Amino acid sequence: MTRQMTGAKMVVEALIEQGVDTVFGYPGGAVLPIYDEIFQQNHIRHILVRHEQGAVHAAEGYARATGKPGVVLVTSGPGATNAVTGLVDALMDSIPIVVLTGQVPTFMIGSDAFQEADTVGITRPCTKMNWLVKDTDHLSSTIHEAFHIATKGRPGPVLIDIPKDVQFATGTYVDKPRAKTDHYAPRVKGDTAMITALVEAMEQAERPIFYTGGGVINSGPAASKLLRELVEATGFPITSTLMGLGAYPASGAKWLGMLGMHGLYEANLAMHGCDLMINIGARFDDRITGRINAFSPNSRKAHVDIDPSSINKVIHADFPIIGDVAHVLEDMLRIWKSRGSKTNSAAVKKWWGQIEEWRGVKCLSYKNSEKTIKPQYALERLEALTKGMDRYITTEVGQHQMWAAQYLGFDDPNRWMTSGGLGTMGYGTPASIGVQVAHPDALVINVAGEASWLMNMQEMGTAVQYRLPVKQFILNNERLGMVRQWQELLHGERYSHSWSEALPDFVKLAEAFGCKGILCNNPDDLDEAIKEMLAYDGPVIFDCLVEKHENCFPMIPSGKAHNEMLLGEAETQGVIDAKGSVLV
Amino acid sequence: MSPLNIEKGSSSHSAYDLRSHMSDAIETHTLAVLVQNEAGVLARVIGLFSGRGYNIESLTVAEVDHAGHRSRITIVTSGTPQVINQIKMQLERMVPVHEVHDLTVEGAMVSRELALFKVKGKGDHRVEALRIAEIFRANVVDSTLESFVFEITGTPEKIDAFADLMRPLGLLEVARTGVAAIARGA
Repeated sequence: MTRQMTGAKMVVEALIEQGVDTVFGYPGGAVLPIYDEIFQQNHIRHILVRHEQGAVHAAEGYARATGKPGVVLVTSGPGATNAVTGLVDALMDSIPIVVLTGQVPTFMIGSDAFQEADTVGITRPCTKMNWLVKDTDHLSSTIHEAFHIATKGRPGPVLIDIPKDVQFATGTYVDKPRAKTDHYAPRVKGDTAMITALVEAMEQAERPIFYTGGGVINSGPAASKLLRELVEATGFPITSTLMGLGAYPASGAKWLGMLGMHGLYEANLAMHGCDLMINIGARFDDRITGRINAFSPNSRKAHVDIDPSSINKVIHADFPIIGDVAHVLEDMLRIWKSRGSKTNSAAVKKWWGQIEEWRGVKCLSYKNSEKTIKPQYALERLEALTKGMDRYITTEVGQHQMWAAQYLGFDDPNRWMTSGGLGTMGYGTPASIGVQVAHPDALVINVAGEASWLMNMQEMGTAVQYRLPVKQFILNNERLGMVRQWQELLHGERYSHSWSEALPDFVKLAEAFGCKGILCNNPDDLDEAIKEMLAYDGPVIFDCLVEKHENCFPMIPSGKAHNEMLLGEAETQGVIDAKGSVLV
Repeated sequence: MSPLNIEKGSSSHSAYDLRSHMSDAIETHTLAVLVQNEAGVLARVIGLFSGRGYNIESLTVAEVDHAGHRSRITIVTSGTPQVINQIKMQLERMVPVHEVHDLTVEGAMVSRELALFKVKGKGDHRVEALRIAEIFRANVVDSTLESFVFEITGTPEKIDAFADLMRPLGLLEVARTGVAAIARGA
């Protein structure tokens, strides 16, 4: 039976058929027909954000906390251009989101109409795929195809641009099973021969390490479970990128902590000194590798990735395995067991001895203060006071983000949402809203810096409107801390425009939004203040005044190798040379 | 405690020195890319090249299967082996791209370009232009008393050579299609 309906109705029908329960959006002239349909139904909840960028980040937060695609609905022109940063953020971090944009009617496209922008042109390099739908008969099948492409293979953002006349016109609805999606079917099974070769190498390895990333999280909960089994079966040490935190529990015995530019000493030195590196769902990002030609010089490298273009892009893979992490891990474990595999236990034991020595450096130790709150201390207390709670953490971008990754522990996947690839300041607040919408009863904390937080603070209006009790934990150093740190290390302590002389009173700001504000500037009061934040049933803006000049360590300076880390202030003089300083 | 061994100014290479493990020699490859013939597909492919800093030496595109909505894009590109490999991988993962063939490595190929040359001249120059055109098996497709339009087909090198010879004989304009290529045999 074919069903006739308007394009606007089709949008809602298709979203319902895709199992969508929440849409983040902002209305405008070119999407009014769709908003009219949303008004007349009860299946989909619409969350009205305060800025379209917030809608996309909220959808990202929702997607990362649930494993389901996030959905965004915005209008043409500025609605679409405001969404662009979120699209690129989702593209860089491989987050599945479906963005629906309104467009001026087809007969006005190209006429510089009011609120017209070339949305598909602007977003082509910002999306995994995008479409301009010019015919209502194609609309529902395109939406189904869009969900398929956003979620299959390496996930990513997709966008559908829908002219207003297409929304008004009547056409034939194509349901999900009949929509054409078979043209996009990325390979999920890894090559068995290559997996077997890797298992053989694992049996012989003397200094092995697992290096895991966001691909494990994206592959789903099964992948994290299989990863834990594999680590248990082998006893190999494991480190993870910023994106992969929680896939293996931070409380696990084999956990080395995060690696990379601000990763842990033991993790980076183990990466540098290993003889077999098993990369599972990570992409050798420049934050991870440091100087490429000095990256883990004496290891053979396996690379498991669902995206063939990630393999050999930056680092040559000796064991390239194209496939979905869960599928590959399942095969790897099966082969490991069926061969009755044993590790080179004497060598691996010696390797662990070396790692314990590196651990002994205690690279996360810092000089605490009785007078001022050190940001590291604030996060240690936050961790201690929220331990065991049903907790989700989002962050903004900068020093606080790195400290959060270092000092907070994640024992499960999908609990940590941060802008990794694009490094988008302003990500955390809307992301925390998206997470809280998905998990209304959970504790959702956005660990923020005051500068990042100001970038999308308007979304507190959204939090208050929908009674989303998100906790905004702002480590306020009155500085752009990471910029300041680089200026100190790189630019002769000339702090060009890296502080704000006109910060708002965050407590009054909280009250103005209709939520609770808490100010804390004394280490002695911190525990009570955090408890007050946790006890409050509603959104909180927590202004934690911290040490203004604290630097984030450990640090691999730009252009340096893993074994050239800095551990503290004493070692920072003149360490970045001219070549390194052009890098970011 | 100083296990770090930081040599001051030790960084002799950029962190973006991505290719130390592979050859740095620049190679030229001809790629045949079969794509879904839909709006924006060419912009998508070209955007990949400009966005990631790859070279395009020649690019042609036309629909080759009307019923199946398939177009064929022939791209001549150059780069190190690592870059060429990335180009193929990046093309292959695009949703509307069906197949990518590196004709340069997949065996022998036939590669042809068509060009139109407008040459203006009188007397000896006009006779010489016509003589050279015959040698190159170029066809005269338009003529006035003072000009010819030649149509020539061949490899890009042959067309370059023809252009070099026509230049002193009154070459006014050149229109080239870019390279179309196909593997030999079946």
